[in-house]
Amino acid sequence: MNVIDLSKTSLREVNSRLQKLPKDTNERLWKLTSVHGEHACAVGLTQPIEVQIDGHIGYYCGGMNQNATIVINGQCGVGLAENIMSGEVRVKGNASAAAGATGQGGLIVIEGDAGTRCGISMKGVDIVVGGSVGAMSAFMAQAGSLVVCGDAGANLGDSLYEARIYVQGKVESLGADCVEKKMTPHHLAKLERLLKRAGIAADPARFKRYGSARKLYNFHVDNVDAY
Amino acid sequence: MCGIVGLFLKNPALQSKLGAHVETMLVGMSERGPDSAGIAVYHSPVSGGRSKLTLFNADEAYPWRKLAGDIGAALTVETDVSQKGNHALLIAESSEDKIVDWLHENRSEVRIMGYGKLMEVYKDMGLPGDVAKRYGLRGMVGSHAIGHTRMATESAVTTEHSHPFTPAPDMCLVHNGSLSNHNNLRKWLRKQGQTFDTDNDSEVAARYFAYRLSEGATLEEALEAGLTDLDGFFTFTMGTKDGFAVVRDGIACKPAVLAENDDWVAMASEFRSLAYLPNIEKAKIWEPAPATVYTWSLH
Repeated sequence: MNVIDLSKTSLREVNSRLQKLPKDTNERLWKLTSVHGEHACAVGLTQPIEVQIDGHIGYYCGGMNQNATIVINGQCGVGLAENIMSGEVRVKGNASAAAGATGQGGLIVIEGDAGTRCGISMKGVDIVVGGSVGAMSAFMAQAGSLVVCGDAGANLGDSLYEARIYVQGKVESLGADCVEKKMTPHHLAKLERLLKRAGIAADPARFKRYGSARKLYNFHVDNVDAY
Repeated sequence: MCGIVGLFLKNPALQSKLGAHVETMLVGMSERGPDSAGIAVYHSPVSGGRSKLTLFNADEAYPWRKLAGDIGAALTVETDVSQKGNHALLIAESSEDKIVDWLHENRSEVRIMGYGKLMEVYKDMGLPGDVAKRYGLRGMVGSHAIGHTRMATESAVTTEHSHPFTPAPDMCLVHNGSLSNHNNLRKWLRKQGQTFDTDNDSEVAARYFAYRLSEGATLEEALEAGLTDLDGFFTFTMGTKDGFAVVRDGIACKPAVLAENDDWVAMASEFRSLAYLPNIEKAKIWEPAPATVYTWSLH
């Protein structure tokens, strides 16, 4: 394992080293220590390496990730794994606002709670949250799944497109055009696979599914007076 | 853009390190506010009927000793003054209101940064680390402190518009965000007898909370009322003589992170400022929820 102490090596150098690893690299296991809440740590990775981050980390950790597995042994700041393309980003603690924003693919696991706007504008990423999510989560979410083992804050799934939302606990309120939908065997099987992939023990049968009512997709002539 | 930090010590054994910890926190917010910094520190309470005021004049050669003598002669009270940079700490054998009134009437060139029985307030231009050094923050012993770092994007870098705002004795407020209904609220507060030093929206918030508290609201009630009456973006951190509070608006787009353990509660705009606090690894760390009031009290 390669261990890098961020109190001795600059963040820019660390990111550059990880980003420049060749396709067939043998240096597959990395550990970053003394991270002290640095922003934009382990971003833009493209190779299937594993990066362990020891300690609490700042904004945009694991952003634009492709193929790499990033594990944060701590909490993380705003914009975790923003625009993730593939691979996996896991936080052992809590995540701040806008976790997984605009994520295109891959998996994000937040073992604790996520703040407001978790999965905002997600476009294909799967997000599994062991705890609860804050207000306005899955706002304008377009594709992918958001799984919440705890509760969801106000205005869940506002202006939702085709992303799927599964919540085990209470939903404070649903946003515009977000409705509860029937949990079919197909969705149950999907949810079960997601929970398994995330390594989170929960019974899929206890979840409710939410999705788009698809009423905001097109201009509705009855609303003409509003313009 | 701004950075906010606040530290509230629950364990009195840590008080000797208050300044040192807050200095580290403030330096952590340098990138969010490299232009100026302000600090309010709750320490060294004055006894009995005495009061202390932190005063400012841009001229470092301002005759503070003469001022102290003039106050002493005019109000027939004992005074003591010590200079720190372009600030001065005045301790007087008198209630703070009398001194404040006298200064307003007789020394309009002197700005009152803060007053009360234990709060001292310093605001100055430059990197947060330099400001902290200039005023000897590191050596300050006390129970709690609040700091602000400013990156000026809309208006000039002046101490007048700098945080913390100090609307009442031993009370301070820092704000990250902007209010949209401050003009109406200012008008309303003026009708309730509040006076204003600046046209700043954050001062309106500070005086709003001061007004609520003066009307008998608890810290929690005052902040709850603010959630209804204040419109705009805000993350506030507030200090009173024995209390510490954090509240964010319903959208919560201005950053904040809270951390707490048995010994202390800390607030910052970003985790970087909390990273070096003692036993942070084991502290509870979370993002304060929108429209939710968090308060702590020494008692």
